[in-house]
Amino acid sequence: MTTLPDSTDRSLGLVIDLDTCVGCHACVVACKEWNTGAYGAPLSDQDAYGAAPSGTFLNRVHSYEVTPADAPAMVVHFPKSCLHCSDAPCVTVCPTGASYKRVEDGIVLVNESDCIGCGLCAWACPYGAREMDRAAGVMKKCTLCVDRIYNDTLPEEDRVPSCVRTCPAGARHFGDLSDPESSVFQLVEARGGMDLMPEQGTRPVNKYLPPRDRDALPEMDVLGPLLAPVEAQPGGFLGWLDRTLEKL
Amino acid sequence: MPSTPRPELALSEPIGDEMRQTTCYMCACRCGINVHLKDGKVKYIEGNRDHPVNRGVLCAKGSAGIMQHVSPARLSAPMKRVGPRGSGEFETISWDEAFEIATGWLAPIRETAPEKLAFFTGRDQSQSLTSWWAQQFGTPNYAAHGGFCSVNMAAAGIYTMGGAFWEFGSPDWDRTKLLMIFGVAEDHDSNPIKAGLGKLKARGARVIGVNPVRTGYNAVADHWVGITPGTDGLFVLALIHELLKAGRVDLDYLIRYTDAPFLVEDAPGTDRHGLFLRGADGKALVWDRTTGTAKPFDAPGVKPALHGAVEVDGRRARPVFELMADQYLDARNAPDAVAEACGIPAERIRAIAAELARVAFEEEITLDIPWTDFRGVRHETMTGRPVTFHAMRGISAHSNGFQTCRAIHVLQILLGSLEVPGGYRFKPPYPKPVDLHPTPHSATQPGGPLNGPHLGFPRGPEDLQICAEGRAKRIDKAFTWDNPLSAHGLMHMVISNAHAGDPYEIDTLFMYMANMAWNSSMNTSGVADMLTDTREDGSYKIPHIIYADSYSSEMVAYADLILPDTTYLERHDCISLLDRPICEPDAAADSIRWPVVEPDRDVRGFQTVLIQLAAKLGLPGFVDGDGAPLYADYADYITNHQRRPGIGPLAGFRGADGTGIGRGAPNPDQIDRYIENGGFWMHHIPEEAAFFKPWNRAYQDWAVDLGIIDAPAPYVFHLYLEPLRKFQLAAEGHGRNQPPDHLRQQIGDCFTPFPSWYPPGEGSRIDEDAFPLHAVTQRPAAMYHSWGSQNAWLRQIHGQNPLFVSGDIWREHGFAEGDWAVLTSHHGEITVPVALMEAQNPRTVWTWNAIGKRPGAWALDKDAPEATRGFLLNHLIHELLPPKGDGLRWSNSDPITGQAAWYDLRVRIARAEPPADGRSRPAAAAQASPVDPAPKDIAYGKEWT
Repeated sequence: MTTLPDSTDRSLGLVIDLDTCVGCHACVVACKEWNTGAYGAPLSDQDAYGAAPSGTFLNRVHSYEVTPADAPAMVVHFPKSCLHCSDAPCVTVCPTGASYKRVEDGIVLVNESDCIGCGLCAWACPYGAREMDRAAGVMKKCTLCVDRIYNDTLPEEDRVPSCVRTCPAGARHFGDLSDPESSVFQLVEARGGMDLMPEQGTRPVNKYLPPRDRDALPEMDVLGPLLAPVEAQPGGFLGWLDRTLEKL
Repeated sequence: MPSTPRPELALSEPIGDEMRQTTCYMCACRCGINVHLKDGKVKYIEGNRDHPVNRGVLCAKGSAGIMQHVSPARLSAPMKRVGPRGSGEFETISWDEAFEIATGWLAPIRETAPEKLAFFTGRDQSQSLTSWWAQQFGTPNYAAHGGFCSVNMAAAGIYTMGGAFWEFGSPDWDRTKLLMIFGVAEDHDSNPIKAGLGKLKARGARVIGVNPVRTGYNAVADHWVGITPGTDGLFVLALIHELLKAGRVDLDYLIRYTDAPFLVEDAPGTDRHGLFLRGADGKALVWDRTTGTAKPFDAPGVKPALHGAVEVDGRRARPVFELMADQYLDARNAPDAVAEACGIPAERIRAIAAELARVAFEEEITLDIPWTDFRGVRHETMTGRPVTFHAMRGISAHSNGFQTCRAIHVLQILLGSLEVPGGYRFKPPYPKPVDLHPTPHSATQPGGPLNGPHLGFPRGPEDLQICAEGRAKRIDKAFTWDNPLSAHGLMHMVISNAHAGDPYEIDTLFMYMANMAWNSSMNTSGVADMLTDTREDGSYKIPHIIYADSYSSEMVAYADLILPDTTYLERHDCISLLDRPICEPDAAADSIRWPVVEPDRDVRGFQTVLIQLAAKLGLPGFVDGDGAPLYADYADYITNHQRRPGIGPLAGFRGADGTGIGRGAPNPDQIDRYIENGGFWMHHIPEEAAFFKPWNRAYQDWAVDLGIIDAPAPYVFHLYLEPLRKFQLAAEGHGRNQPPDHLRQQIGDCFTPFPSWYPPGEGSRIDEDAFPLHAVTQRPAAMYHSWGSQNAWLRQIHGQNPLFVSGDIWREHGFAEGDWAVLTSHHGEITVPVALMEAQNPRTVWTWNAIGKRPGAWALDKDAPEATRGFLLNHLIHELLPPKGDGLRWSNSDPITGQAAWYDLRVRIARAEPPADGRSRPAAAAQASPVDPAPKDIAYGKEWT
């Protein structure tokens, strides 16, 4: 068992906008590309060109169909990575102390040199957000690109996770979710940001912004004619045409 | 209980040793990329924040560029075929030998019959060079892949408005309030569209997605219209009907900027019926309401009439607008008349029309920017209608796509939402009307160049490329009566026609990155047979095949000579204003690629190979008077080639001192200046010139200064297409140039000068009860080129392509998870795995395109899912329509442009026993591939951790 800090100085995390995410997987590959050459072991790919390719990805996009009874079916794209929970069961379950939550920013990390690859944390995580790297035999997970966000060698605007920097639709936001002044905090307030599976009691830091209502043209409910035909006016269509031309 | 101390982390490590900025090639976006190198190896690729296309972002494909660069499918050296064609037996040769073989085939045919070379390129981005090369060689048989991709959109856009959808324009992302997208695929302009949608979402602007399938952009659209494939034209004409009926059209815009007031002659039975009434100077006439006389459309102070029959010098005429209103107000265009065919309730069509009108006219926006139009009238403000549209392959890949795309443009024009704030905006070098585009050319001369550019825009029957006896001059039969406006050629007909020797036999088929033996051909199995078919004497019907590519695609096995290309990180390229621009609505821009890493094998950039081959063949423009090469390689050509005096492939940093913008002498340091500038160049359009570009004096002057045009060329948009009417007149029997009798009806029906709807070709030829369903494909956002599904990272995202079946069909046939189905068209059948998807048109099935691979190709394991369960719909699509009993071969193409009608496909479905071997059918035999087996496991970056 490993302890969690009582509190963290900041709560860095992601806000993911499910109304805007088009499911393009840009974040998935940018994450793979950065993290295979960055913190810890590379993200390996087994049978990379074979019958059952299977590699380590720290961020994946799942697509779900939603079929409301009274509206057309919808597709929701759902990017998922570690949510850096405040009550992270993956940390408390770790037998070696390899998994830990940082006091300074709340990021949940794995100290790979202490990881014995037992996989308990992956069992404990209700989100399936941890992946065992089969080549290195250590547990891999989202680091919030800890080696980017404090990286003095990067331009300041680039000190964000690789997935946030690359997202073409701007559906991913990064910041301190414990700071009411932060743009991410305010975005969550404004858009009704939600916890994923709150019943699990993990208190995730990452938040999801729900899709806005779809398929409801306001005018659909109007009973009267939607566009009034000009034929009803004096002189019909041509009368309308003449009067309008004269006004130009 | 372990807790702290925590490890010290190295949080400020530099990404690599060096960062080099070039241009991505993982799709057609051409984003700027920062390539970080460590120890001479690619460490990390990210978007270039300064770049006009992507502003720092990058898609999945772009980030997976590393895996493309290190792909095991890469070709390593030139090769010549040593076994039978298709066997995959090759021998590595030197570049000297490769050039010797190529010139051995090409030099003799150039001296005798240049048309015996057919040179077609795929999704390359160097058409300015490749077309010039083919022109200097002298063959008429050149095109790129646009004929099976986008020509409907390009042609409809340029004929109607002098610009086009695809990446040639853009919604005004910063100002529009309502965006309507039709069949928008995610493979062109994808990062700008994603970024734009993000902007709309952030502002609370809304999106209406029209698409049979609700994935990608349509999944985030506020309103989804799951239309029946091929009926978009009906839907759009019903919207036009509603807007006209309610008088919700922008008459001021129509009078100023369009042909709405042009007088159309009413002289039934004559060769003038339906043509514009023109003055002695050739200018179209309008009826001036003030003086009651006919005047040139651009006469100062003219107040044109929009209705009323008039007589001018004894010739009767009516304005375009009145003719259009007559046509579209007819009840056959009403929502109730089209709802069932479109699969959209009539009240929904009316609601959408009302919403378009409300946003266009009640949420009008005004920019306080004065500007002056081409008539010299000064406007104190710019009025915008913040409704905009975008459309792509869902429109273009139907045989009625040209007219449907025209209908969308007419809708944009009626709403006054083109080239205005909040509307759809052109990117330089557009606007560019048909008059400024070339006509097609195909006159050959032994040993000499072609008489002009191959591809162009016919103005009438006189521009068709046919011999006196009616035979096509081009191997693909572009610019014939079958498809007169085939401005991009018909690549999908080349192999079939060459095999049939129709219209003539060729000697050498030369292709570049076009996977015509697999996913880029209709009738895939048939095409493979054509490539290997022999005459009685055992020689191949297509005698020589030269193929250039970076990767061991299915097509490689059919080559006699392989010219291995580099990857996009290893070569020079230019993304030129002479070609497909990367400009933005507010700026002209172009960019380069350069070798940010050097090749580690015996490969050469194809463009350099082409230039070196040209020198060996002594092609004019590539050698000097003594026959010495003018250019050592592509970089030399990019720097020093001048298409017109002072105009070259790159517009930036011209002139000896590098200060020339657009125009200027070659600058020997130009490429270095691009590299210093981040790999691109950008030149902003002044604020007063940013909108109303076709009519804006400041824009026209800016474009002349830049060298895009040589003199101001204002023009008006065309609701009414006179060139189409000229073809109809020919079909009615007027004029010297006469179509064959069997095409008169088709031309009369389809070449309507106002956009109209006709049923898609395949749908009108088959028994709808026997083939009740529609079948379409799309590319996933994470893949573009066929090499995408070979990429180690991307294939883990989209490694399989089930046939997605609508809920209605699923339940009707009692499908269950894990089931297979047999899908049958008029041409063939396939047996494939199915998956349920509710969010799609109920009468449609679909799949991801080009994921299925032939076993043995692309260095993939023979048991890779792409090669076992993966499949192509191409097997069901024939390049010819089902026979209709007249003994003629009817091409499966748009009868106006020749666009391949991929999405006209009609099918029926039935449950099938899962194949015992788990492989989809047809199960193509394995190919031998001339590359080494792929590694099993990879851990990219291991040495850095």
